Amino acid sequence: MVIAALSLVGFFVATYLWLWKIGMLGALACGTGACETVQLSEYAVIFGLPVALYGVGGYLALLVVSLVGLQPRWAGRHGPTDLLMALSAIGVLFTAYLTYLEAAVINAWCRWCLVSAAIITAIFVTALLGWRADRRSSAPAS
Amino acid sequence: MARSVNMKLFYGALAVIGAVGVAALWTARTRGADDGPTTVSSAALAAVGDYEGYVLGSESAPVEIVEFADFQCPACARFTILTASDVKAGLVEGGLARWRFHDFPLPIHQHAPLAHHAAACAGEQGQFWGMHDQLFYNQGRWATESRPGRRFRDYAQALGLDLGRYDDCMGSGRYAARIEQAKREAIELNVTSTPSFLIGNQLVAGAIPYDSIKVLVERAAARASQ
Repeated sequence: MVIAALSLVGFFVATYLWLWKIGMLGALACGTGACETVQLSEYAVIFGLPVALYGVGGYLALLVVSLVGLQPRWAGRHGPTDLLMALSAIGVLFTAYLTYLEAAVINAWCRWCLVSAAIITAIFVTALLGWRADRRSSAPAS
Repeated sequence: MARSVNMKLFYGALAVIGAVGVAALWTARTRGADDGPTTVSSAALAAVGDYEGYVLGSESAPVEIVEFADFQCPACARFTILTASDVKAGLVEGGLARWRFHDFPLPIHQHAPLAHHAAACAGEQGQFWGMHDQLFYNQGRWATESRPGRRFRDYAQALGLDLGRYDDCMGSGRYAARIEQAKREAIELNVTSTPSFLIGNQLVAGAIPYDSIKVLVERAAARASQ
């Protein structure tokens, strides 16, 4: 439940950054805010797509998997927990790379990107705890 | 029973988050769309200094477009690459408007003052616009370097400048104060971001499309002819 709620918040943060990037939230401009510097840097596009769009897709996938995992028919099965763990681990690694770029290469901090970094970290920690609990509950008693 | 109540609460909470998120995005989108031009009073225009910048087009053109730009601003580079040529072909070359470049290096861009100085030094040898294009088209290469001065010198060489004079100009830093003055004038005009455009007495922010510029120029021309 926590992961679904956090994924939904993350989805909106990523969607906001994506819409800004494609010019849907007003004309592109550089202001005194560092978010523009980050979002308009060459690192904000990977394989021709805005980085924020990967965030939109990632959070949407986390939301769908977490909602599916909450359905009674999936109760007691490891699939959703494992998938949430894997997806959020990829998300955290990707975010760590982006945060490194902000700190060491672009030299600017986009606060919405940092909000997203906090959300994916919280999702990963929650998924890790859920994964461990899942493993313990299914381990054979010795 | 307890689980079904919990799930109802959970889905209710998700619906609330969803509604708040959609409302926030909608508000941001509407606010962005409403960021139209603002009118600059003639008193405010008269109060700022007389920085001339760099001009393209005829002095007799009825409308002047002043672009406030920062060479390290990616939005300015994007505007130059995608839109500026249309403005030049459609409005400047036809004599309807004159294009004036006004330096506005933003504090967040560490190499912008040096880039603007390089353009001014190229301008001494009649190649401001050549350096302008080199800086914007190659911005992705130099903006993340720690010492882009050497690359600016390569652009000067590619433009066929006398490198002795260019080096002397860069070493002297003689345009630094003028560029700072240009920046102060922009701030006095309430320019807060780049690129911004002053078209007649209308100030508009952002890398706006050609059609928007054309409309503002035509309105300014109509006002000028009244």
